[in-house]
Amino acid sequence: MTTTAPAPGTLEAPAAPASRPKRRRSPLPYILATPAIIALLAGMGYPLIWQVWNSFREYGLAQQFGQAPEFVGLDNYIELLTGSEFWGVLAKSVVFMAVTAGATMVLGIGLALLMKHIAGWARITLQVAMLLAWAMPIVAQMTVWNWLIDDRNGVLNYLLSLLPGVDMIGHDWLESPLSFFAVASVIITWASVPFVALSVYAGLTQVSDDVVEAAQLDGAGGFQMLRRITLPILRPILVILLLLQMIWDLRVYAQIELLQGFGAAGTQYDLLGTYIYGLGIGQGHFGVAAAAAMLVMLFTIALSWFYVRELLKEDAQ
Amino acid sequence: MTTTSLPARRKPRRSPMRHIGAGVALVLAVAWAFPVYWMVNSSFLSVTTITALTPTWVPFGGTLANYKNVLQGSTGFTDALLMSLGVTGVALVICIVFAFLGALAISRFRFRGRKALVLAIILVQMLPAEAMFIAQYQMISGLGLLNTLAGVSIIYVAMVVPFTMWMLRGFVAGVPADLEEAAMIDGCSRFGAFMRVTFPLLAPGLVASGVFAFLQVWNEFALASIILTSEQQETLPLWLRNFAQPSSLGMLEWGQVMAGSTLVAVPVIVFFLIVQQRMTQGLVGGAVKG
Repeated sequence: MTTTAPAPGTLEAPAAPASRPKRRRSPLPYILATPAIIALLAGMGYPLIWQVWNSFREYGLAQQFGQAPEFVGLDNYIELLTGSEFWGVLAKSVVFMAVTAGATMVLGIGLALLMKHIAGWARITLQVAMLLAWAMPIVAQMTVWNWLIDDRNGVLNYLLSLLPGVDMIGHDWLESPLSFFAVASVIITWASVPFVALSVYAGLTQVSDDVVEAAQLDGAGGFQMLRRITLPILRPILVILLLLQMIWDLRVYAQIELLQGFGAAGTQYDLLGTYIYGLGIGQGHFGVAAAAAMLVMLFTIALSWFYVRELLKEDAQ
Repeated sequence: MTTTSLPARRKPRRSPMRHIGAGVALVLAVAWAFPVYWMVNSSFLSVTTITALTPTWVPFGGTLANYKNVLQGSTGFTDALLMSLGVTGVALVICIVFAFLGALAISRFRFRGRKALVLAIILVQMLPAEAMFIAQYQMISGLGLLNTLAGVSIIYVAMVVPFTMWMLRGFVAGVPADLEEAAMIDGCSRFGAFMRVTFPLLAPGLVASGVFAFLQVWNEFALASIILTSEQQETLPLWLRNFAQPSSLGMLEWGQVMAGSTLVAVPVIVFFLIVQQRMTQGLVGGAVKG
């Protein structure tokens, strides 16, 4: 199948398997891994180094136009951490993440438990519906939701206005920042629940009937069963799902950017992703933006360290 | 509440809880599918129907005019489609080849630096793209590759190689090396053994990984919005974003926007449904196994 560089000779080698000649030094694995490593260095490694480097330099518009960037030590970081703006955005992002990830987990687990206990046809209907939502490209998701909440012809305002005494026609959901973030949170939750629900459901099907039966014989009721049997067995998968949700919801960019484009531009609608974008590409403060990006990155890596450890364990198996 | 019906699964006697549960499930199914349905529904409605005071719930007597306008008018859809096909094609071929070779290295060999490489491909997946794109923008801009297929592909390859490599690693490890050795004893050359025994067994894995990489690149929005700023060079997600912006008068042809949205989403949904089972397993597989 290969059409590019690596000669067939390199493909031959994997046949020399790991079984016996483990210790023999062969250049082969290095040759095989080289293209991937080069790709990573070019697309990720270099920008990462650039970012670390420039987070310590004065790099603004003047530097864009040729002036040599000056090394300023921790100035960029200090500027961020002593100003109130960064902390404000960070706090908003963390609250947004906590609410969205929390709602996603609760709904996802609830739906998984529900799926476990209903007839097959109902479960499959629910699964198909969730897959449809999950599969939607983000831009299509946001476009459709923007149409659902459209102030004049949106179906949401129409339905709400059917309630006695409520007239929402013409209400703009993206105008107040709180409402803006609530909309974003609902959309992201809607889009993330399917992954959580289906993963937890897959985990639930692994809880063996014997264990359940034994617990029942011992007199465990429904709630006890959930607390003592089901949740402990699901714990590892729940931890990973929660971590992934937290990471994804903290670094949400596309959804916020798109919603802003649909009708609410301004810094009060920013979360970390759009804030960094605004700092760097928007205003040209690349040094400060790089420092902000570094802080977010460290934060995310700290969050994901547990997940990384799990994956490394998997590799060791 | 649902947990009380746990025993119901064993005893076929039906409890009222089960019916209530099914009812709740149906309501939720409607809630989750509704936006997707509404997109398709609206895409068949004419301007007058769609701006009427009461919504039209089912597109009886609908029109294909919206699709005609999107596809044939000067909306730029076809150009964006070609750009998307180009970017995805280039990034995908390179990514699959590189990731496949890399996966062979880390799953069939123990070599010095292997651990570091594995750690690197995991860590790279954790790096928030949103915290990298300032630097990536600078790099691509420095190379003079803004608004080019090459510029965005460089980043896309680096973005999808780690995940693809990780996924393929699992597939390669799943084919025992003994099988190849057996084929060699039966007279195959090493290369022959690999091509005849291992490679066919890996084909489903390659297809699945390829579809994932495809979905990631095809749907990518954030980076594209930064690197491809010219209207002539936009991919489909960017096209849809711009197409869904209200005009200066605040007017928007929602029927056409939904037709565009449907055109962007439907192929993705089809591909997604093909591979979703593996996706769940891939991300949390280790945890499920315990």
